[in-house]
Amino acid sequence: MKKIMFTLQLAFTLAVCAFLVVPVVLSVLAGLTVNYFDGLSSGLTLRWVVEVWNGYRDTIFLSLGIAFACLATTLLLGVPTAYVLARSRNRLARVIEELLVLPIAMPGLATALALIVTYGAWGGFRTSWVFILIGHVLFTLPFMVRSVLAVLGAIDLATLEEGAASLGAGFARRFFDIVLPNCRNGILAGSLMVVTLSMGEFNMTWLLHTPLTKTLPVGLADAYASLRLEIGSAYTLIFFLMIVPLLLAMQAATRPRPKRFIADDAADPLLAESKS
Amino acid sequence: MILLLIPAALFFTAFFILPMARLFLVGGSGASGWAAYAALLTDAGHFNALLATLGVAAATTAATLLISGIAGVFLQRHKFPGNATLVAMMTLPLAFPGVVIGFMVIMLAGRQGLIGTISEALTGDKLVFAYSLFGLFMGYVYFSIPRTILTVMSATEKLDPKLEEAARSLGASRWRVVVDVIVPGLKPAFISAGAICFATAVGAFGTAFTLATRINVLPMVIYTEFTLSANIALAAALSFILGAVTWLVLTLARTAAGSTVAAAG
Repeated sequence: MKKIMFTLQLAFTLAVCAFLVVPVVLSVLAGLTVNYFDGLSSGLTLRWVVEVWNGYRDTIFLSLGIAFACLATTLLLGVPTAYVLARSRNRLARVIEELLVLPIAMPGLATALALIVTYGAWGGFRTSWVFILIGHVLFTLPFMVRSVLAVLGAIDLATLEEGAASLGAGFARRFFDIVLPNCRNGILAGSLMVVTLSMGEFNMTWLLHTPLTKTLPVGLADAYASLRLEIGSAYTLIFFLMIVPLLLAMQAATRPRPKRFIADDAADPLLAESKS
Repeated sequence: MILLLIPAALFFTAFFILPMARLFLVGGSGASGWAAYAALLTDAGHFNALLATLGVAAATTAATLLISGIAGVFLQRHKFPGNATLVAMMTLPLAFPGVVIGFMVIMLAGRQGLIGTISEALTGDKLVFAYSLFGLFMGYVYFSIPRTILTVMSATEKLDPKLEEAARSLGASRWRVVVDVIVPGLKPAFISAGAICFATAVGAFGTAFTLATRINVLPMVIYTEFTLSANIALAAALSFILGAVTWLVLTLARTAAGSTVAAAG
C-alpha cells in the first residue's frame, strides 16, 4: 500500500515536472531547427539565433543597461531605507513598509498608466529609457528592501553599533564598516532578484516603451506576434541563456548554509564556551 | 538617521503616490464622469470581462494549490535520489515573464503545439486551445506552480511528522490524516500562496497579450480601451479598480495568514 502511494505520487510529480519542462525543451529545439513543422529531421541550424541577434541586439543591450541602472538605483534607495526600518521598530516604520509593497500589489498596467497620465506630456522624458527605468525601480525596490531587512532583522544591529560607537566610530564609519558588511548576503540576494525581475518585466514596460526604447521582453512579444515560430523560439533561447544563470545564482545565494553558523559559533570563544 | 529615508521617500511620492492620485482623478474626468468607476458593473461587456477574469483567477488558484500541494508535500517528505534536481527543474520557470509563459502555452497547445500533434496522430483531430480562456488558465497555472511548490515545501518542513504518526496510531486512515492533519497545518501557506496566484491571474497582462487579443479579461480590456479606443479615462478607472481589488485580496490574505504576502510578475 505504502509503495503504491509512493509510486502514484512520484508519477504525479514527474508529470507536473514534465508540464513545466517540456515546453522549455520544445522551444529551445524549435529555435535551433531548420523547420519546426517538419521536425528535427530538417536539421539543426544557428540561422534563427543569428537572425534574432542581428534584428534585436539593441533590445538585449537596452535590457541589460536598464537592469544594471535599476540595480544601482535600488541599492542607493533601498539599503538605507532597510537600515532605517530595521533600526526603528515603531508604527511609522510599519506604515512605510506597507506603503513600499504597494507597487508590487498594483498590476503593472495600472502603475504604467498612472506614470503616463502624470508625466506622459514631458516629451523628452517620456521617450527616454529613464521612463522605463522608473517603472522598474518602483517594482523592484520592495524586493531589495525586504531582502536586506530580512538579514538585518536577524542580527542584533543596535548592540553591534553601540559597541562601535563606544569605541569612537562615527555614523558613516558604522554604516560602512558594521551595517553594510553584515547585510552582504541580503544585498546579494536582493541584487540578483532585482536584475532578474527587471530583465523580465513586461506588464509595465509594454505601455512605457517607445519604438526607440524596446526592451528584451517587448521584443519577444513583437517576435511572437509577427514572426515565424523558429525566430520566436530562438529569441526565447537567448532570453533563457541570460536569465537561467541569474536564477541558479539566486537559488545558491538564498539556500541556507547551516554549517557556516556552526563554524561562526566555534570561532567565537564566548559562544563556544557557553555551549560546552 | 531619518534623513536616510528622504531619497526613497521623494522617489516614491513623485513616481507612485502622485501618479496614483492623478490616475484616480483622470478616471473621473471622461465623458461619463465619475460613472466610469461604475462601468464594470453597469456595462454588460465589462461585467462579462470581470466575471471571466475572476473565474480564471479562481480556477487558477484552485488548480495550482491542488497540484502544488500534492507535489510539494511529496518532494519535501521523500528525499529520494534526484529529488534536488527535480526541485531545481520545477522552479526553473520562476523567472519567466508573462510573455514567455504565453509562448510556452503556444508550444504545448498552439497551432504547431505538442498536444495538437499528439491528438492528431491519435484521433485525427487537432486539439488547439492555446488561444482561448483555457489556454490562459493553463498559462497562469504554469506560472504559479513553481512559487507555490516552494511555499508548500517550506511549510511542510515545519510540520511535525509526529502529529501524523499519532493520528495514524489512533486509527485514522491515510485520507483522514491528509484532511485533518496535513491540510490544516499547511493552511497559512495555502492562503498566502493562493492569494498570490489569484492576484497574479487578475492583474497579469503579458500571457493574455501573447496568446490573443481576443481573450476578454480585464487587463486586455484596459489595454484595448487605452490604445485602440483612446478612452484614457475609462482605462484609468478600470485599472484603478483592478489595482484596488488585487491589493484587497493580498491584504485580506495577509491578515488571515499572519505572514507577509506579495505578488510578483
